Amino acid sequence: MTYATCLACRECGREFPLEPLHVCDFCFGPLEVAYDHDGIQSRITRERIESGPRSIWRYIDLLPVDEDFIVDLNVGWTPLLKAERLAERLGMRELWIKNDTCNPSWSFKDRVVAVASSRARQLGFQTLACASTGNLANSVSAHAARAGMDAIVFIPHDLEAGKVLGSAVYNPTIVSVNGSYDDVNRLCSELADNRQWAFVNINVRPYYAEGSRTLAYEVAEQLGWRAPRQVVAPMASGSLFTKIHKGFQEFQRYGLIEETPVRMIGAQAEGCSPITTAWRNETTNIRPVKPDTIAKSLAIGNPADGYYALKTMKRTDGGATAVTDPEVVEGIRMLAECEGVFAETAGGVTIAGLRQAIANEQIDPDEPTVAFITGGGLKTADAVVEHVTQPIPVEGTLQSFEEAFAEAPEPVGVGG
Amino acid sequence: MATRRVRFTFEGDAVKEPVIYLVGHEFDVVTNIRMADVEHDFGWVVLEIDGDHDEIDRALSWVEQKGVRVDPVAGDVVES
Repeated sequence: MTYATCLACRECGREFPLEPLHVCDFCFGPLEVAYDHDGIQSRITRERIESGPRSIWRYIDLLPVDEDFIVDLNVGWTPLLKAERLAERLGMRELWIKNDTCNPSWSFKDRVVAVASSRARQLGFQTLACASTGNLANSVSAHAARAGMDAIVFIPHDLEAGKVLGSAVYNPTIVSVNGSYDDVNRLCSELADNRQWAFVNINVRPYYAEGSRTLAYEVAEQLGWRAPRQVVAPMASGSLFTKIHKGFQEFQRYGLIEETPVRMIGAQAEGCSPITTAWRNETTNIRPVKPDTIAKSLAIGNPADGYYALKTMKRTDGGATAVTDPEVVEGIRMLAECEGVFAETAGGVTIAGLRQAIANEQIDPDEPTVAFITGGGLKTADAVVEHVTQPIPVEGTLQSFEEAFAEAPEPVGVGG
Repeated sequence: MATRRVRFTFEGDAVKEPVIYLVGHEFDVVTNIRMADVEHDFGWVVLEIDGDHDEIDRALSWVEQKGVRVDPVAGDVVES
């Protein structure tokens, strides 16, 4: 039985039933799932969580889904790696990498889609839908296949074939929209109002967003039931960023971890940094931008939760960073070379943002810090293919090998 | 009849133009402002537009031609 009680407007507080709604009818503020905190408090314990499955569903008491409706791809419980070599490179004392590249469709989107698809099934939907250029469509298609639901994925007409493959293999209906990015945006917003489809990040967005909190739950549990003092996470819509903080707060509220302030640092790419720009300009008015960066998975020019991300930064004495595309590539290489983790460009943004935050003194290098790596590197291989080690060509003889190997350049690391 | 919920974002000189007044005169639509925050060179307005579906499309295209950005109230819904 879920402890979710209603949807509540984040602006005016008005309450709505647990239905496929995402915007308050009165003030147009975003809706968020509200819970019976007393009920959760009376049930949840460390032992109960530890005896649960090794997936996000060990936290089902904190999610807006009834057990009978779970769509289970074994999402979550991804590794938390102590990053000693990367910490040394960055001059830090205690750095951890939350490696969400290990999810079933290789990105953190599986967490949000797992919750959205399960709730969609509970609400009686037969069809999952989304508009996407990559990770989200992959995850929606995979979860629909797992659940025996239909999937409809909307993509811009000029999306590269390689990016479509990660969804197409699950056999969804793929609609290629002949128009601009804004046309796709508008079409899907209208369809969500007119069709009996669960658009995971539109009409069931309040449930979808809740899945991100499991990142914080897992980190706290994997750290031995404590919160880190500092977090660096990428920002696209800003939803992931705010929900990670909310997750730590909830664990504190329920007495599962001690009350510790967690400083939240957001990372964006310079070519799409509306939230960081607003932070630096000390305003909460976010100016939409046209994205121009290799970090495509963070390329949201008009972020729905940007305002709330700014509030989270302010409340936690946090901050925001913006890094160039070459810095993103350096970040990917540094993480791979030091820790053996191959991240997509968003991970490069996180690592480069971490380095910038240390240089700007937004992060204390002596405090325990967690960096969130949200997607696997093969999704954005084009971004780094020309910047990595090239093979040494040899004939199949010892002599050829010895000659070529003697002349081969020493591997050159990045980042000092 | 249809209702559309949209966000207009104004930058620079577009802030000074009475775009919302004019769109109600030029097209057969009714606008209803629900939230707004406008500074001297930047602002946004969230509003409902009622009217025939095609007429709303024409009205929103006209607004965009005036240099105003038009988005769904939910922000960007195309995610990676």
